[in-house]
Amino acid sequence: MALDDQKSVFKFVGTRPDRPDGLDKVTGRAKFGADAYAAGMLHGAILRSPHAHARIVKIDASKAEAHRDVKAVVTRADFSDKVEFKPGLAGEFWNVLENVMAGEKALYDGHAVAAVAATSALAARDALKLIEVEYEVLPHVTDVDKAMAADAPVIREGAADYSVPEGLHPNVVRYHESGHGDVEAGFAEADLVIEDSFTTEATHQGYIEPHACLASLGGDGKGELWCCTQGHWIAQKTCAALLGIETAQLRVTASEIGGGFGGKTTVFIEPVALALSRKANRPVKIVMSRSEVFRATGPTSSASMDIKIGMKKDGTITAAEGIFRLQGGAFPGAPGDMTAMCAFAPYDLSNVRQVGYDVMANRPKQAAYRAPGAPMGAFAVESVLDELCNQLGLDPLDVRLKNAAHDGSKASYGPTYDQIGLVKTLEEAKAHPHYAAPLKPGQGRGISCGFWFNHGGETSVSLALSEDGSAQLMVGTPDIGGSRASMALMAVEVLGIPYENIRVTVADTATLGYNDVSHGSRVTYASGLATIKAAKHAVEKLCERAAAKWGIPVDAVKWEDGCAVPSGPNAGDFDPLPLADITANMGATGGPISGHFEATPEGAGVSFGTHIVDAEVDPETGKTAITRYTVIQDAGKAIHPAYVEGQYQGGAAQGIGWALNEEYIYGEDGRLQNSIFLDYRIPVASDLPMIDTVIVEVPNPGHPFGVRGVGETGIVPPLAAIANAVSNAAGVRMRDLPMSPPRILAALKARDG
Amino acid sequence: MDYHSPASFTEASALAAATTGVTRFLAGGTDVLVQLRSDMVTPDLLIDIKKIDGVSDITRTPDGGWTLGVAVTGAEMSEHGDLGRDWPGIVEAMDLIGSTQVQGRATLVGNLCNGSPAADSVPAMIAAGVSVTVTGPNGERVVPVEDIPTGPGKTSLARGEVISAVNIPPRGQNAGDAYLRFIPRTEMDIAVVGCGVSLRLDGDTLTEARVSLGAVAPTVLLVEDCAKAIIGTTLDDAALEALATAASAACNPIDDKRGTIAFRTDVAGVLARRAAKIAYARAKGEQA
Amino acid sequence: MSKLHVSTTVNGDSVEFLCDPRETLLDCLRDKLNLTGAKEGCGTGDCGACSVTVDGRLVCSCLMLGVEADGKDIATVEGMAEGEELHPLQKKFIEYAALQCGICTPGVLVAAKALLEKNPNPTEEEARYWLAGNLCRCTGYDKIIRAVMDTAADMREAS
Repeated sequence: MALDDQKSVFKFVGTRPDRPDGLDKVTGRAKFGADAYAAGMLHGAILRSPHAHARIVKIDASKAEAHRDVKAVVTRADFSDKVEFKPGLAGEFWNVLENVMAGEKALYDGHAVAAVAATSALAARDALKLIEVEYEVLPHVTDVDKAMAADAPVIREGAADYSVPEGLHPNVVRYHESGHGDVEAGFAEADLVIEDSFTTEATHQGYIEPHACLASLGGDGKGELWCCTQGHWIAQKTCAALLGIETAQLRVTASEIGGGFGGKTTVFIEPVALALSRKANRPVKIVMSRSEVFRATGPTSSASMDIKIGMKKDGTITAAEGIFRLQGGAFPGAPGDMTAMCAFAPYDLSNVRQVGYDVMANRPKQAAYRAPGAPMGAFAVESVLDELCNQLGLDPLDVRLKNAAHDGSKASYGPTYDQIGLVKTLEEAKAHPHYAAPLKPGQGRGISCGFWFNHGGETSVSLALSEDGSAQLMVGTPDIGGSRASMALMAVEVLGIPYENIRVTVADTATLGYNDVSHGSRVTYASGLATIKAAKHAVEKLCERAAAKWGIPVDAVKWEDGCAVPSGPNAGDFDPLPLADITANMGATGGPISGHFEATPEGAGVSFGTHIVDAEVDPETGKTAITRYTVIQDAGKAIHPAYVEGQYQGGAAQGIGWALNEEYIYGEDGRLQNSIFLDYRIPVASDLPMIDTVIVEVPNPGHPFGVRGVGETGIVPPLAAIANAVSNAAGVRMRDLPMSPPRILAALKARDG
Repeated sequence: MDYHSPASFTEASALAAATTGVTRFLAGGTDVLVQLRSDMVTPDLLIDIKKIDGVSDITRTPDGGWTLGVAVTGAEMSEHGDLGRDWPGIVEAMDLIGSTQVQGRATLVGNLCNGSPAADSVPAMIAAGVSVTVTGPNGERVVPVEDIPTGPGKTSLARGEVISAVNIPPRGQNAGDAYLRFIPRTEMDIAVVGCGVSLRLDGDTLTEARVSLGAVAPTVLLVEDCAKAIIGTTLDDAALEALATAASAACNPIDDKRGTIAFRTDVAGVLARRAAKIAYARAKGEQA
Repeated sequence: MSKLHVSTTVNGDSVEFLCDPRETLLDCLRDKLNLTGAKEGCGTGDCGACSVTVDGRLVCSCLMLGVEADGKDIATVEGMAEGEELHPLQKKFIEYAALQCGICTPGVLVAAKALLEKNPNPTEEEARYWLAGNLCRCTGYDKIIRAVMDTAADMREAS
């Protein structure tokens, strides 16, 4: 799409109206995953392995089955045997099935091995204690570097795909390498080369709503599923495959969703509830406990990384190289490729090379978490950049501006950038009062840039007009953070009717075509684009009715401010015909008026951000306080700026948690030690300052209104920005996340001898 | 699980004594319910002591001390002006436990009987010289708080014994207490290290001191060497250094998910210094 | 053992239910009274999504047994609005976009209402510490705190 076609003056877009679902959500009326009930409903519960790695010798469920309150028990044998194992991600349905219910082996602490349905939640929990499982405990590994070592236990032979070079451990299942130029020649040109190594621990998305579903499946292969998910079509497709039923026979309805951040893009309990329901022939509800969420749903990957960057005295980067090893649990899928591709993406480099490894270990199957893979790489790369600036006495913003990727730069991962906003975010950062504000003793300031691709994905939208001129919009992307408001704004911008006159519904799988999940920051971009096109489709039909009424050709009618009007003086002299006047008679003038759009839009514009953060470190305890935080990010076009700010603030807050205190802690026995919010320490209100935001708008040429996704990029810079602030405050470089007080205090003591 | 809500401690004690199964007393429930929900402990008998007369009372004793009912919540303690003026360290220690919501239910006695070495209110109570009244099959006895915990999750209470009151001594003149804990966040965490200090002055010089450390050993410690390091001093820099050294020396911690041995040992000294300074300022009548 | 009979008041209504002694007040509100506004985010008193008041005192309903509710006066998010009129906090949360996914919102609102009833003029720090037991993973708390502070200011002005 040429920029000339892009709308840049708006009546509704850019305003901040109340969200359409606001009242439901402040009154407790909104129905989330666990809020559904059905007549005759049973409660399901899942038995989980206490071992990190064990052969399942025998499961004896006879006592549970004999209990009067128990109506069904399922194990792996109750799922489809037609799902095929294939290397890498080619057999992802098999990987999901294996994760949903263990087969021959339990692969991590918390891995599901059996499930029951009983007449109450308490009865179901009690019944789990009646199931006897005999395990043969096997050696386990949870650390990424150890999992790649020659003596590491093999989690699954044959899981590596074609990309993995000869000679690597079978736990290495995917390999990525990319770049351009000659890095060795580049390093030779540098005045200073720094090589350093970094690690990050796995963190959990930490959505406050545990996974929950209500399933009903009959012997006729027809089913209903209600669940909290980021994508109900993928849930439909996956559950159907795992249960061996036809996709279209399973209707999936997305509940309101209590946070996802990538973690609700796959299924965990849904196929289990369906299998239990099929066996008991009654509806089954499963609600995970918080501990189950931590032990058995997808955290992000842990990472081990080596970075080498060369720089001239004037700040020019001459070469950059990164090796990124990501552990993604006992299944292929760790985004080592994403980490590698994003790590150097903010910079216009002549010589760059990046390598990513996808490594299996005895941990839960990783799931996407907000810009999956990108934050770790940015942490490592931007830490080295900070150190280069410190040692060369250069301003870190100036150095980033000097090397920043711009329109037409060849990206580190291959393509050439179209219109991008990184330079603008850096300029805004430099001009921001925060960057010039004085620091108090004990405080340090850090900055970092961050990049995320953004995504389009399969999308269907339908818009139907009512006789009274109101409109109902059906989208297929669950509303995680106010997207109903954004969709409504884009639709009314096209239709020209008041914002209040549209109702946005997240349609179920039976009432709309396929939609990819709410991920990749794609909702406002792709569902937004489809909404605009669906509205335009409806407008075409409105213009046709007006043309017919006026007796003029349709190309002599245009749509303006909610009315059909003659396109010019030659078209005829007719009063503007409001939308409601057309719809009032639509039954008699050709039938109902609807607009549709289905496509896989490819123009999701990449997104960049720059963060500035001040941190204060207590030198006696190693405790860090974040004292000031500013997010500057390119939104392309902010449809509802309040919710764009919210995405920026939320990404920063999650990044603060990841940087300072959040981590998966495993014991020697391979068991997760901190599976409750008491010990998995996400930021609380008193931990954080206000988070300032600056919305940069460099339009995305691939969207009619210029939108870029904003959801994910905000979590990419914080780890590095905070690490740089803490390192500058403490006077010692922090290379391992989280920068917990014991780690910082130990680093201070080591420095002081 | 059987649930009972007796009308007296004698009845509660008799119920507990008569069972052979697992018994839990329910006051605020902020630990009992967590254990129940996670299937860690499902008692056979749950005895709710909140229907016993007087369990929510905060009473000044004739000698100027305080008696607290066993169901008095952290929120009620924080809202009680006089108690907080006498013993700010105890009240603040209790107030640090959990969220506002938890404060609406949590009690001193529950915190004590949970047997955690990291219990925030326990070092403050031990420093203050608090005792508890225990009602059992053989009548009542009074026990210093430091003698209740015997190890992680364990107490010296015998089957059929239930704590029936908390006795806080008179504060007296020229005295102050303080409690500090270290947590990685600002709220909602379990103490990685905790330190309670209570002291009395004559002029600028300390005449009495009790220092207690939490989360650095299997039980909360009353550290006499810490007291010795500061009694007779004006809490000058040398005394503070000696206090910190004694506190670190008393530590016998473990490496766990919340902290390392080295970290706990170091930070115990830091907190002892900081808490002592606050208690000292309070004894001097200064705001701290 | 057999179930226990509980008579209590919820949002001003007299209600009765039978519960297992192991069931929490949250279980009873949701599964027996169909009041699903309070959410279970953790079941351990760490997230505050189940916040309600009992005799005016803010508590986690997951940390209280259903049987303990007997004779008490319970208030939940469903009782915050008066008829069609939303509570000022509810209005402000919508206006300020102080919710994204909305799962923590009922608990935050109940807790914030309790704060303003006790302290009509909180500092930002007091509001942040009061709400420290209400985890929100979406917003970074910025807009929540602004909404609470500005509601407090509006309510002070109106009274």
